[in-house]
Amino acid sequence: MNPLNIDNPVAVQVLGICSALAVTAQLEPAIVMGLSVTVITAFANVIVSLLRKTIPNRIRIIVQLVVVATLVTLVSQVLKAFAYDVSVQLSVYVGLIITNCILMGRLEAFAMQNGPWESFLDGVGSGLGYAWILVAVGAVREFFGAGTLLGFPIIPESMLEANGGWYVHNGMMTMPAMALILVGCIIWGHRAYNDHKAKK
Amino acid sequence: MLRNFLNKVKPHFEEGGKLHAFQSVFDGMETFLFVPNTTARTGVSIHDSIDSKRIMSVVVLALLPALFFGMYNIGYQNYQAAGVDASFFEMFGYGLLVMLPKIIVSYGVGLGIEFIVAQWKKEEIQEGYLVTGLLIPMIVPVGCPLWMLALAVAFSVIFAKEIYGGTGMNIFNPALIARAFLFFAYPTSMSGDKVWVASESFFGLGNNLTVDAMTKATPLGEAAAGIASKTEFTDLVVGLIPGSIGETSVIAIAIGAAILLLTRIASWKTMSMVFLGGALAGFLFNVIGLENNAVAEMPWWNHLAAGGFCFGAVFMATDPVTSCRTEQGKYIYGFIIGALAITIRVLNPGYPEGMMLAILFMNMFAPAIDYCFVQSNINKRLRRMKTNA
Repeated sequence: MNPLNIDNPVAVQVLGICSALAVTAQLEPAIVMGLSVTVITAFANVIVSLLRKTIPNRIRIIVQLVVVATLVTLVSQVLKAFAYDVSVQLSVYVGLIITNCILMGRLEAFAMQNGPWESFLDGVGSGLGYAWILVAVGAVREFFGAGTLLGFPIIPESMLEANGGWYVHNGMMTMPAMALILVGCIIWGHRAYNDHKAKK
Repeated sequence: MLRNFLNKVKPHFEEGGKLHAFQSVFDGMETFLFVPNTTARTGVSIHDSIDSKRIMSVVVLALLPALFFGMYNIGYQNYQAAGVDASFFEMFGYGLLVMLPKIIVSYGVGLGIEFIVAQWKKEEIQEGYLVTGLLIPMIVPVGCPLWMLALAVAFSVIFAKEIYGGTGMNIFNPALIARAFLFFAYPTSMSGDKVWVASESFFGLGNNLTVDAMTKATPLGEAAAGIASKTEFTDLVVGLIPGSIGETSVIAIAIGAAILLLTRIASWKTMSMVFLGGALAGFLFNVIGLENNAVAEMPWWNHLAAGGFCFGAVFMATDPVTSCRTEQGKYIYGFIIGALAITIRVLNPGYPEGMMLAILFMNMFAPAIDYCFVQSNINKRLRRMKTNA
């Protein structure tokens, strides 16, 4: 359970920030991205863990990359087949999961030393730790930036300025800069909470 | 009388008193009203008769001409757009009624957050918000709704100030961060043609305007849209033109500048170099000229008088916290702000006004400029020491 909170890959290890900025303008791509990364991390961890005794130390990064790239290609094809709209929205970022620091970090630090089952759990945990931050940021950004969640309007139309109301969507929320600030806030709150708990 | 009252309630707020938890609020109120009579007890410390609260008060004083003129201009624009004749006092009174809620919201939200943070950290309340709170309502268009203002104030006080450690520690000018937040978050409420004239009546003053009547572009907005601006230089100097509330009148700002320079609160180096940089950049664009670019053809003296250039140069660029601290650094800092502001105006059609972004950009580089000068000074002295030794 550690990767969800104490060792959260985004909030504590500050990994995978680039994709967290890119795909969180709306909730749906954020969820899909989080799940894709979870699946890929979990299975890459298992495969590398199975191969860990046979991988020569000098070319281990290349081997890991081949494993990850294969899985990413699979996930990308699945998305294109079953969720084409989202895969268009995510565009290049699915492919860029290959370079996601969380993956390489977990493979290097965990899967190379541990058995397949532990590696699988570690991969799922890290992936979900990444996913919940993405979902949190995505929800805030979509709600304040466009007034919707998963595409359903939450803020009543009549409140909007265009329809005679007073409310205007916050355009800054749709910019990547705001994602950085939100991730910063989550890290801030997370650290403050955990420090508080550690002192008790 | 007030002093006696404060002395009477003071024990409650001291250690052991029942209201000790609100000590910082009390302290803030007390030092706001009276100069503290405690001095440093150890070491050598030389005190001027002026402390940072007194500095803030002078800056607020310097802002008042521009503020009052802004109020008058709000009324003027409203009555003019409605085509109704009105006396000076009607116009001013209308502007006052439009402006007052903005100032109250700005101070209420900003000071509220400062008080909460001070209580939470158990520190004294910092006085820095006094100036920022007045600046923010003055650099937004009159059509900016109060809730947006409140949001921007909250954002800038928390993210531009408190997380850096409060007054004196911030990298960016909080007032400009508030404006930048509004500018990027709600572009339709911050620029365009419909935000520069107040359109509702209050207590019988002012006129309700239709959308067509309140549509008025600023001189810079017109230029950016490719229309050669008809606004004369004298109009820009007097300032009865559409624009953000405090920025239109060069004369009112010049009075403020004089106060700041005479009391030596603002640096004349920064201020003059901003104008020099802006003039030079404007002049260059005049000479070169760009095709299909009305902003480049705007004469350089109009550039200096238009938009927020003067206001930014006098009240924003000279902010002692966010500008350069080394004396040579101030020249470079000011010059680049001026040149950059005009360059953004001319080359980026998306931003009719470049002053805000230019100052924020240079805020970021001010410590680097300082570092270079301090280092070169250290190296120079080292070399001198070696040759003398």
